[in-house]
Amino acid sequence: MTLAPHAPATPEPARPALTVRDLVVEFPVGRGQKVHAVSGVDLDLPAGRTLGILGESGCGKSTVGRALIQLPPPDAGTVRLGAEELTALGPEELRRARARIQIIMQDPVSALNPRRKVKDLVWEGPSIWGRAAADKDAEVDAILRSVGLDPATVRDRRPHELSGGQCQRVCIARALMLDPEVLICDEPVSSLDVSVQAQILNLLETTTRERGLSMVFIAHDVSVVKNVSDQVMVMYLGKVCEVLPSDGMHLAAVHPYTRLLLASLPEAQRGRSDALAHASASAEPAAVAAELPSPLDPPSGCRFRTRCPLATDRCAEEAPGLLEIAPGHRIACHHIESTRSLP
Amino acid sequence: MGLPERETVTSAPVPLLQATDVATVFRTPRGAMRAVDGVSLSLARGETLGIVGESGSGKSVLGRTLMGLITDGPETSVTGSVLLGGNDVHALTPAGRRTLWGTEVAMVFQDPMTSLNPVKKIGRHLSESVRLHLGLSRAESRDRAVDLLCQVGIPEPARRAGQYPHELSGGMRQRVVIAMALACGPRLLIADEPTTALDVTVQKQILDLLQSLGEELRMATILISHDLGTIAGRTDRVAVMYAGRLVEHARTAEVFDNPRHPYSRALIASIPHLDLSPHTLLPAIEGRPPNLLNPPAGCRFAPRCVVATDLCTTQSPALTGRAGDDTGGAVACHHPLGAAKEATV
Ligand SMILES: Nc1ncnc2c1ncn2[C@@H]1O[C@H](COP(=O)(O)OP(=O)(O)OP(=O)(O)O)[C@@H](O)[C@H]1O
Ligand SMILES: Nc1ncnc2c1ncn2[C@@H]1O[C@H](COP(=O)(O)OP(=O)(O)O)[C@@H](O)[C@H]1O
Ligand code: SF4
Ligand code: SF4
Ligand SMILES: [Mg+2]
Ligand SMILES: [Mg+2]
Repeated sequence: MTLAPHAPATPEPARPALTVRDLVVEFPVGRGQKVHAVSGVDLDLPAGRTLGILGESGCGKSTVGRALIQLPPPDAGTVRLGAEELTALGPEELRRARARIQIIMQDPVSALNPRRKVKDLVWEGPSIWGRAAADKDAEVDAILRSVGLDPATVRDRRPHELSGGQCQRVCIARALMLDPEVLICDEPVSSLDVSVQAQILNLLETTTRERGLSMVFIAHDVSVVKNVSDQVMVMYLGKVCEVLPSDGMHLAAVHPYTRLLLASLPEAQRGRSDALAHASASAEPAAVAAELPSPLDPPSGCRFRTRCPLATDRCAEEAPGLLEIAPGHRIACHHIESTRSLP
Repeated sequence: MGLPERETVTSAPVPLLQATDVATVFRTPRGAMRAVDGVSLSLARGETLGIVGESGSGKSVLGRTLMGLITDGPETSVTGSVLLGGNDVHALTPAGRRTLWGTEVAMVFQDPMTSLNPVKKIGRHLSESVRLHLGLSRAESRDRAVDLLCQVGIPEPARRAGQYPHELSGGMRQRVVIAMALACGPRLLIADEPTTALDVTVQKQILDLLQSLGEELRMATILISHDLGTIAGRTDRVAVMYAGRLVEHARTAEVFDNPRHPYSRALIASIPHLDLSPHTLLPAIEGRPPNLLNPPAGCRFAPRCVVATDLCTTQSPALTGRAGDDTGGAVACHHPLGAAKEATV
């Protein structure tokens, strides 16, 4: 069963829900050193659409997600939510704006205060906003039902009395309670079992569609990201390598790192497309065996060069910028013409 | 399945591993937890078996019971038998079991740090065990350690041997743990979620390594994973576990292309794959696995099974041959899916 994209494709570009330019986040770690967690990331999320962020552990996905809600505010760059520039807001205005952009964290169990009951966890947002307690029971029950939980069973439970999947549903209910415009999901299914993962993905799919929500969906699993997103952004060591439409992305991807990610996928997820069946059979380039360099001292030029089979001297000297190669498809690589030869 | 151990007909080779009706029950304050409940399996020399199932289905407990790391005692009851190269693992003394570890069977766990001593250099992790088991001299064992590191694809093995575990990346550490497991040439390697903690690109490298080592050394391998993807295409056979029981067991391609158990089929269908167009709703399995302290009567999958009948909720289905499968596959279901039903999925 395939759902239509959230918003019908229109000739004019959709209204932007979130516009991010040149986002930089660094963490000082003493002795004058700093972790270059996010180094100049641009991001465009049209209203009603989903943008997937894909990348390996430590590439800065969660840091981007948190910088969007200004937790902590980025060291440089701009984050515009609709028409409002979040990095310019004072504490009170920021608090107000945060109701419009909600985040669901990586680990559903630790994201919830263990001492509070489900109904209070879900009502936390509205109570901060001083909403009348008279509405509480009815609204909490309605939202719990909408995320597929039976209010009578879970209302008075605490997080440890729930399964991981149920905790994630509670987190989603909490985020929806304030009726946000943008939902940021940081690896919402990676700690869940496959059967429960499918339930939560379906819930996010129907929820965003029904509410016209815009979503940033962070994950390391290519097939999961592809399934929920309209557009996918691939990150490596704090930078964007490639941005492309999710439909057909496994065939259209050209960046050497995206190709590596795809070639690493287990067969069962790759589906039956011939291009990738071929990729798995071909020998792996030797350069690829190296692992992620340290974000304390990222490689000069293109950060992927230490693992890239196509790297040249130019890659060490000059950082490649993002270049549009097809509508909605941008790639940061000096040797685009050679990438077609990759597995 | 389930040939009696030694006095088999001469044509059938004696399996390397033969587990019969293995049950591991933890006595917890809240009652008996039947983590593994009547599992039988066998493995021939050089064969690879995948064990899949969701978390809590009993995969790790089964792996540890096969290895003899979990034994019968005051807190745990282990019944059934595990024959490994002719030895009954659970009838041996603790010392007898230890002689099997490393030489007959070795295990690799999810988190490499649980197998590594943070204050011991990489080389010593390896040389100590070869000296102990193979009686090599100090210099010989040092050379052997470097050889092993080389064999698991660690660049600059001599330099790495002098480093401490924290100086290595997660993928490198898992390679070291695999090298430790290989050190004494075991005939069976049990790898419990060996790549779950690693990044996708590193995952593939480690799985490729395990596969090529298994072939090169003719070592039988049991690959335990919650992720069907890691097992598809990498094992000869697959055993699917649900709530402590083995529900289906067959050649890997058979399980993936032709699942006969409703749970196997649902599990495979629920994984997104790249051929689906974006925004496809996945066929999810509603509900969640049962509590093993109080599992449902009859078939444990019945509360979530779309084809369950009254029979399913009263009577536990036994493992029986799979229709149209002449390679010894088995399924535990009162209403196994037939080939004719495939088209309606
Ligand atoms: N508070 C912090 N102090 C120092 N370094 C940090 C901090 N938070 C994150 N980092 C570092 O920033 C980099 C990016 O981290 P981030 O958590 O965003 O990665 P990620 O892509 O979300 O990874 P994962 O897939 O493991 O969740 C990493 O190198 C991480 O160690
Ligand atoms: N030492 C123990 N005491 C009590 N219960 C245990 C113990 N070890 C495992 N279990 C339980 O046994 C079940 C199966 O566990 P496990 O084999 O680790 O699952 P899997 O590896 O399939 O995720 C789980 O419900 C787990 O909580
Ligand atoms: S810029 Fe150079 S190193 Fe970077 S991905 Fe392209 S070819 Fe590889
Ligand atoms: S025995 Fe019944 S409930 Fe169990 S899997 Fe088969 S059909 Fe479903
Ligand atoms: Mg993260
Ligand atoms: Mg386990």
